[in-house]
Amino acid sequence: MEKKKIIEELKQKFSEKIKEISVQFGDEILLIERDSLLDVVQFLKDEPYSYSMLLDLTCVDYKGHELRFEMVYHLFSISNVQRLRIKVRLSEKDLQIDSLTSLWKNANWLEREVYDMFGVSFKGHPDLRRIFMYDGFEGYPLRKDFPLRKRQPRIPLRK
Amino acid sequence: MAGSFITTRFNYILGWARKYSLFHYPYITACCGMEYMSTAASHFDWDRFGTGWTRFSPRQSDMLVVCGTISHKLAPVLRTVYDQMTEPKWVMAFGTCTVSGGIYDNYAVVQGIDRIIPVDIYIPGCPPRPETVLDGLIKLQEKIQKQEQEWRWKKRK
Repeated sequence: MEKKKIIEELKQKFSEKIKEISVQFGDEILLIERDSLLDVVQFLKDEPYSYSMLLDLTCVDYKGHELRFEMVYHLFSISNVQRLRIKVRLSEKDLQIDSLTSLWKNANWLEREVYDMFGVSFKGHPDLRRIFMYDGFEGYPLRKDFPLRKRQPRIPLRK
Repeated sequence: MAGSFITTRFNYILGWARKYSLFHYPYITACCGMEYMSTAASHFDWDRFGTGWTRFSPRQSDMLVVCGTISHKLAPVLRTVYDQMTEPKWVMAFGTCTVSGGIYDNYAVVQGIDRIIPVDIYIPGCPPRPETVLDGLIKLQEKIQKQEQEWRWKKRK
């Protein structure tokens, strides 16, 4: 399916929810509203667009911006061999977004990673806890304001 | 006089026996494991220096070979493995990450395994070449030979 056509249909269906469409390195980037994420993603996952694969899901910290965090979703359509990026901006005060675990199983661990590193909480996630860092670890290490020299050993260190 | 002579010779013989039968436990977490494998396998073959058996149980091993980055999450595990080893035991810090944390000076990585367990020989390199490892091994054997040997019927202080 032609990419332009997909973008046109998206614009028609979610006209007020899509804030911005840009192209980088040949792939479209959609900046959408937070509450429309599940609808847009479900729409893209179904036929005939069939973005059936969630390649990656991550977060970026733009410290100093009003909407500080930006979720990035990389989708891939196997039948059309196309990629698409979806971005959602979140404010620090209300740091939560819908979970995609109902659509993709691999979103489970990816969202746990984002929760571990950035502290974004996912609504509807079945098992939201840290995945890399250990229990009792304080703070979110990939945030820009995480102290660079902060160390939290699990056992007492020698010397 | 005669007694001290016998003790000294016995100490020497024990050291000689121990340095040439270093059963080792490989604790491998990262890319240094590749260099460990090439050192242990037939091409460089550190069995030539008496580091004969790879023991996959800490209770049967004399030397703990720590290869690769140790994170704070993993630190209690390494500590437990070290505690499970029976005396006498030696620790080889294999590669820059285990020596000092290497390039990973961040929230996740232990800055040298000597912050967790005592280390006998440090081998730098990222990863160290097998020749470096063999050189380190020979230095460890010299150290073992010179050590005051502990044995079962000797009274502990």
